[in-house]
Amino acid sequence: MSVPVYPMTRATGCPFDPPPQLRDLQGEAPLVKVRVFDRTAWMVTRYADQRKLLADRRLSSDVGKPGYPNSVARPVQSDEDTGIGFILMDDPEHSRLRRMVTAPFMIKRVEAMRPQVQEIVDNLIDDMLAGPKPVDLVTAFALPVPSLVICRLLGVPYEDHDFFQQNSKTLIRTSASIEERTEARNNIGRYLNELMGAKLANPEDDLLSGLAERVKAGELTRRDAAGIGVLLLIAGHETTANMIALGTLALLEHPDQLAVLRESEDPKLVAGAVEELLRYLNITHNGRRRAVLEDIEFAGEVLKAGDGVIFPNDLGNRDADAFPDPDRLDVSRDARHHIAFGFGVHQCLGQPLARMELQVVYGTLYRRIPALRRAVGLDEIPFKHDGAVYGVYSLPVTW
Amino acid sequence: MKIIVDQDKCVASGQCVTAAADVFDQRDEDGVVVLLTDNPSEDLSADVHQAAAVCPALAIVVED
Ligand code: SF4
Repeated sequence: MSVPVYPMTRATGCPFDPPPQLRDLQGEAPLVKVRVFDRTAWMVTRYADQRKLLADRRLSSDVGKPGYPNSVARPVQSDEDTGIGFILMDDPEHSRLRRMVTAPFMIKRVEAMRPQVQEIVDNLIDDMLAGPKPVDLVTAFALPVPSLVICRLLGVPYEDHDFFQQNSKTLIRTSASIEERTEARNNIGRYLNELMGAKLANPEDDLLSGLAERVKAGELTRRDAAGIGVLLLIAGHETTANMIALGTLALLEHPDQLAVLRESEDPKLVAGAVEELLRYLNITHNGRRRAVLEDIEFAGEVLKAGDGVIFPNDLGNRDADAFPDPDRLDVSRDARHHIAFGFGVHQCLGQPLARMELQVVYGTLYRRIPALRRAVGLDEIPFKHDGAVYGVYSLPVTW
Repeated sequence: MKIIVDQDKCVASGQCVTAAADVFDQRDEDGVVVLLTDNPSEDLSADVHQAAAVCPALAIVVED
């Protein structure tokens, strides 16, 4: 039997579901072989197994380890500018660096930012309502919300957003050439490195200045500090923005669910709807990647040292054993144990912030613009099939 | 019900606080889990089990 190539294409006309070919593999076996870029790798198809193995320390997130299954060639990094960011490292270095930036993402600190985020959201909606329609929800709302928030938190000037949004778009577009992605990576890297220099000279009250303090104290190299900045800036932009736009589209396509959300005053229901949309949409749709450090016996197979392993979270979150009737979007279900943020020590650091932003957005947008609707046919909406993060390139809406 | 947390394993995701804010908190400097009570009242049992289930670092153990 031929080995299927991962990632797979989604079915035309079904923008929210994982690729049918991928679903078939889930029915086949808990572990299957897939082909990626330049090798074959194991794919873990089921929710419970994904959780179990993602928490297994014999699997490495270090992209330099033999067997690490990339889907595309990695951009070449210019050494002098920035480090790689802790997402592609193992402990103890991973957790040493990660712990330096966890404080601003604590629940308490994030909750304290809620009024500011509410104000950002309200202002953007005011502008939308005052401006011409139809309008592209991505540029008018979905991208500015998380960009304004992460820029404020990191201490990055929002005026520069065109520059780093362009570059981060290129960087995560899998169809971009290796040269294009390398250039984009180095552009952002150089930018963050320069900004780090400015924070070293004139510290302010923001996350990058906090890192600069640690550079001064000798706890962190400037290169690693800038690498963490790149990671947080890109992650802060691309993920939440896509959850806002794609989530809105999904709700518009499920008017009964949108009505439940719009008509409830209960913050718990809004929070639950956010979890369900995270589960249902899985915008990081190309799977988590690991390399096997030592042989692991699992589900009747042996994952050998030097093998690659892929965990498609979209498949895990559509596993009927974990979520009954998994293809139904049901904002009232309890979906909190989903793995859209990953699982194990690398689970998304920014998730409290992402959750709070999405709660504010989902709890505000549809209530303030109750007549919100698509301004074009579903078949005219460009989906990000070629992105490391799934979503829509634009979403023309009117009301 | 008895709860044990492993602060060395914790990755400060805050999931436990979201699930059961009366039982778990996060340390100010780095967000690492802090147990507010290791023997909470029974009516918090569901929330505590939820917290243990969603903790990505498997840092929470509940003994009934
Ligand atoms: S859920 Fe687990 S990893 Fe997250 S803060 Fe609580 S104990 Fe730490």
